Amino acid sequence: MHVLVCGGTGCHASESEALLENLKTIITDKGLDNEVQVIATGCFGFCEKGPIVKIMPDNTFYTQVTPADAREIIEEHLVKGRKVNRLLYVDPENKEQIADSKHMGFYKKQLRIALRNCGFIDPENIDEYIARDGYEALAKCLTEMTPQQVTEIMKKSGLRGRGGGGFPTGLKWEITSKSVSDIKYVVCNADEGDPGAFMDRSILEGDPHSVIEAMAICGYCIGASNGLVYIRAEYPLAIDRLKTAIAQARNYGLLGNDIMGTGFSFDIELRYGAGAFVCGEETALIHSMEGLRGEPTVKPPFPSVSGYYGKPTNVNNVETFANVPVIINKGADWFASIGTEKSKGTKVFALAGKINNVGLIEVPMGTTLREVIYEIGGGIKDGKKFKAVQTGGPSGGCLTEKHLDSPIDYDNLIAAGSMMGSGGMIVMDEDDCMVSIAKFYLDFTVEESCGKCAPCRIGNKRLYEILDKLTQGNGTREDIDSLRNLGNVIKDTALCGLGQTSPNPVLSTIENFWDEYIEHVTEKKCRSGQCKSLLQYVIDAENCVGCTACARNCPVNAISGERKGIHVIDQATCIKCGACLEKCKFNAVLIK
Amino acid sequence: MAIIKLSESKLNELRDVCKSFNNDKGELINVLHKAQGIFGYLPAEVQEVIAKELSISVAHVYGVVTFYSFFTMLPKGEHPVSICLGTACYVRGAEKVIDEFKRILNIGVGETTPDGKFSLACLRCVGACGLAPVVLVGEKVYGRVAPDGVKDIVAEYAK
Repeated sequence: MHVLVCGGTGCHASESEALLENLKTIITDKGLDNEVQVIATGCFGFCEKGPIVKIMPDNTFYTQVTPADAREIIEEHLVKGRKVNRLLYVDPENKEQIADSKHMGFYKKQLRIALRNCGFIDPENIDEYIARDGYEALAKCLTEMTPQQVTEIMKKSGLRGRGGGGFPTGLKWEITSKSVSDIKYVVCNADEGDPGAFMDRSILEGDPHSVIEAMAICGYCIGASNGLVYIRAEYPLAIDRLKTAIAQARNYGLLGNDIMGTGFSFDIELRYGAGAFVCGEETALIHSMEGLRGEPTVKPPFPSVSGYYGKPTNVNNVETFANVPVIINKGADWFASIGTEKSKGTKVFALAGKINNVGLIEVPMGTTLREVIYEIGGGIKDGKKFKAVQTGGPSGGCLTEKHLDSPIDYDNLIAAGSMMGSGGMIVMDEDDCMVSIAKFYLDFTVEESCGKCAPCRIGNKRLYEILDKLTQGNGTREDIDSLRNLGNVIKDTALCGLGQTSPNPVLSTIENFWDEYIEHVTEKKCRSGQCKSLLQYVIDAENCVGCTACARNCPVNAISGERKGIHVIDQATCIKCGACLEKCKFNAVLIK
Repeated sequence: MAIIKLSESKLNELRDVCKSFNNDKGELINVLHKAQGIFGYLPAEVQEVIAKELSISVAHVYGVVTFYSFFTMLPKGEHPVSICLGTACYVRGAEKVIDEFKRILNIGVGETTPDGKFSLACLRCVGACGLAPVVLVGEKVYGRVAPDGVKDIVAEYAK
């Protein structure tokens, strides 16, 4: 029997390590070491209900397990064969307990290719990866295929870059393989800077060998023997796991000189990012690896021709690489049979925001937003009304109800004014103000702009200032026109992908939430109550019973009134924190 | 040249770090990571030593230090508080949590309390979106933090 405990970052933060220790100790105490193996795996994806424990082979899925629950799981489930019912997942719709994860709404529609091993294997044990066909694809490439044949498979599979741009991977490999040079590089972009996206981290934490194997295959294909992983320093767990995995692969002769006796040599080094969103752009990333400021340069020349220290460099993202070994093993036709006409395979999304099932999901391209949000995501939190879903992070846009039934792929998202990006998917409800959301993203872009080109450095700052004016209640109709004009100019003139996409959150919210923008300027009103300058908290004299709950909870003592008498909020002192509204049981606090 | 106030032994440690990277200027970012590990921050003196060891200008080092948000030229508090401002945390109310920290600690973002105990910073996404809003104190992660839970977190470290 196997007990799988999620060791991903989310569950780690909820004491999954203490849980793991407890399980191990109790199992040893009971002398079950020979029958039961406890394994810390990568992320199961269902972060909302973490820490997760899964019992194999019966596939029982326990949620929100605390270290104190370890004993009961062992004594009841492992020893007596009785499931611990109180820890099973409860379907929010029909309130039924579901023991087998395969029947949970969250997993039913998913198809896991890039995440195939996350939550199944111990990421710190290379043998477990090998047991699930690991390094078979590399062996196949090295012993049975020419580099050209590998390129052909990649091209035929239709795999496109998962980091944001969606450039065909096979084509990129072909271009780099045709560049003539004594030294070439394979770079893995693990600088996941999109706030709200954490798929690359989960893959590196849960299945690091899949990335290592794919990088070696890429090296063989393009003629490179040097691999570099550019990884965020903010991901210490992923760095540790990757280091362990690289050392194990070297030990097994799967990295280093003369791999599998074929004469092919390849090794991987790590380079650390230091917190700069623009370094997701490949030219900026390369400069950062050279120890410089991460500023992008004009393309062409593309890195495939002139990259790291001027040598041909093939840059792919973590998720893209994670797909490669499966494509080699199962064939291009199999991969191309999944997805839509121009977007093949699956995509991992980090589902977050006002949604019931926050987590990491992988679905075939062409799945609709409605399926993702309502079937997998379990709908909107607290029964509120869906308002928008933001895809593509700071480069993407906000989509609305009318987009819910269009299939998700690269081209449909762009046509709708957003983009795939790295796969962040943030769900918003009626309480979110779309002008504030646009401002939030611009605040991010202004901060992260490298400052090299004027449209991005100055233009985004102006966009931010105008949005700020709107949320303060000082905006005019002309300001909305300026936002549009300026946004389009920035898109057309900025140097790199960051600037060319940064106005998307503004333009898409103007397009899809026009009424809300107009309300902010003409009526000076924010319907969701997020723009503090546009609202006032007042106490309704008719409903106030004088219970003093509001006055006691006001952090700045802005509320006065006698016990059993009507209370009043002093507007000059009020900081509009909303504590009174939350505490009032008589609906006497109103937002005006 | 700034006046050297840092201990000679730590500076030697720093020189050893540079040497371990073969004094290669291409390794500047790796050197800075290690240096920040030693000193906790990257004051001007440290940058000058690194520039000298790697044979590059101090301006180059300063340019890189100020470019990346991970590097800081100001010392952090004994208990650095970081509030995640990733999108998932933002839509689940991280701003109200920041406001509460500011009010209780009486400092702004990027500042340190006069007694050196706490410093306040924002960061972008730690990848624990399932726990949003997320607050980090040092390495410890607090999930699903509500504004009225802030005082308890501060109290844990205020002793």
